[in-house]
Amino acid sequence: MTRVALYRVLVILAAVLLLELLCAIGVIDRITMQPPHLILRDLGRILISGKQNAAILKTMTNASIAFSLALLVGIATAAVLHGYRALRETLDPLFATYYAIPVFAFYPLLIVLFGLGDAPQIGIGFMLGVVAVIVNTLNGLDRVPRVLRKAALIERLGAAEVALKVALPYAAPYVLTGAKFAVAYTLIGIIGAEFIMSRGGMGYEISFAYNNFDNATMYPLIVLILAVSISINTALSWWEKRLLARRGL
Amino acid sequence: MSQASAHVSLRGVTKTFPSAAGGELHALGPVDLDLRRGEFLAVVGPSGCGKSTLLELIAGLSPPTAGTIEFEGRRIAGDIPDGIGVVFQEDACFPWLSVEANVAFGLRKSAIEPAAKTKRVREVIELMGLTDFAKSYPAQLSGGMRQRVCIARTLVKEPRLILLDEPFGALDQQTRLLMGDEVLKLWRQTGATVFLITHALDEAAMLADRIAVMSARPGRLIDAVETNWPRERDSRIVERPEFGVITARLWKSLREESLKTIGRAK
Repeated sequence: MTRVALYRVLVILAAVLLLELLCAIGVIDRITMQPPHLILRDLGRILISGKQNAAILKTMTNASIAFSLALLVGIATAAVLHGYRALRETLDPLFATYYAIPVFAFYPLLIVLFGLGDAPQIGIGFMLGVVAVIVNTLNGLDRVPRVLRKAALIERLGAAEVALKVALPYAAPYVLTGAKFAVAYTLIGIIGAEFIMSRGGMGYEISFAYNNFDNATMYPLIVLILAVSISINTALSWWEKRLLARRGL
Repeated sequence: MSQASAHVSLRGVTKTFPSAAGGELHALGPVDLDLRRGEFLAVVGPSGCGKSTLLELIAGLSPPTAGTIEFEGRRIAGDIPDGIGVVFQEDACFPWLSVEANVAFGLRKSAIEPAAKTKRVREVIELMGLTDFAKSYPAQLSGGMRQRVCIARTLVKEPRLILLDEPFGALDQQTRLLMGDEVLKLWRQTGATVFLITHALDEAAMLADRIAVMSARPGRLIDAVETNWPRERDSRIVERPEFGVITARLWKSLREESLKTIGRAK
């Protein structure tokens, strides 16, 4: 482990220990929060008992679907937009302001329009994630050197092949950056949607536990979501780093 | 030489681009030029004279505005003909592919068997002295070696016409001389016709059988110099007195044109 990595671990450990201490001496009371070791114990109990499995499965399935769609549709949209300058310039302001829109402010509208099923929740996750993929993929495609496109044409590749075999592979590290954002954004979208327009899923269970002062369920679920999101993010970062290292970056 | 017997033949080739002001920018031509089969032809000219445009037209990367280009008797008009390879000045290695995969990319569209492909890729990598780096990525190689990867990717297709667009422009002088030697060797071994664009008069004088001199924009051919070098030659011909005579002649033709491009013409 490098020295920096060691410091990082120490900072996290110190924060957890501080929480533990504040809970132990009563600065943070039990109704507000359980000490970290009890949260981990409760998380273990929840996972072993399987009573939240349906909620976890629903959220993770919906998030995977939303993320996959955001990635596929995002890359395809970027590839097409990259070829149509006028269309892209028309949409640029939308992309620039997209994340300034607080989607959940439309919450009553969303319920009226979409109801409480899975599809609208996936839809919201997808909508939050897709633009990050589009914007970052476009950024990568903009950087493809002209000479690589020319070299591909000389190899007699067609337009679609140039996009798939040259432009997108070149842009891959940038696409991954977009994918990292999309993981976080789709999860935010899915969990948020479950809070307000669902009768199941981890977001719903967290909100239900909160309303019933059920800290033994609420905190472990929050920790679980954090763990999943951070793990996927770390895996993508690792992959991104490998791709960049290969290119001497 | 009649148009039919030439390997590559250009007649009245002209290129104009839409200019920023809304008018037209006359970049090139009209150019008439024939390349003999197996000939090494260099084109020199002041910067911005349309040399690279000329190469792109022959490569089929863009169609001429007027005139015709024929390669092996077939007309080229903005489509990439089979049998042509191009090496560019800029680094055109695909950075996400290993040296091996970069070279194999040249055989993407070829119909030969996978086993034969692998063999040919290995042979060309060896020919270019890259065997120890077959599994490396371009970022791990020097500029000269990356350019060798690009040459290998071109050679693996066994092109009958090789277009070189200032391929050594980004390299240092010593490496350029040595790469010149390698190109001469490959030219002899493959028997391909070579069309070299360069701004370096010594490079043109050292490598080519014939040197075409272009005017300032719009680029037209204003001189052609036969070097009469033997086919067996290498960079040591720069020691010969004829080398000095050829470079002097090229500079004489070019000096006035080069002055025009920096706005100092009489």
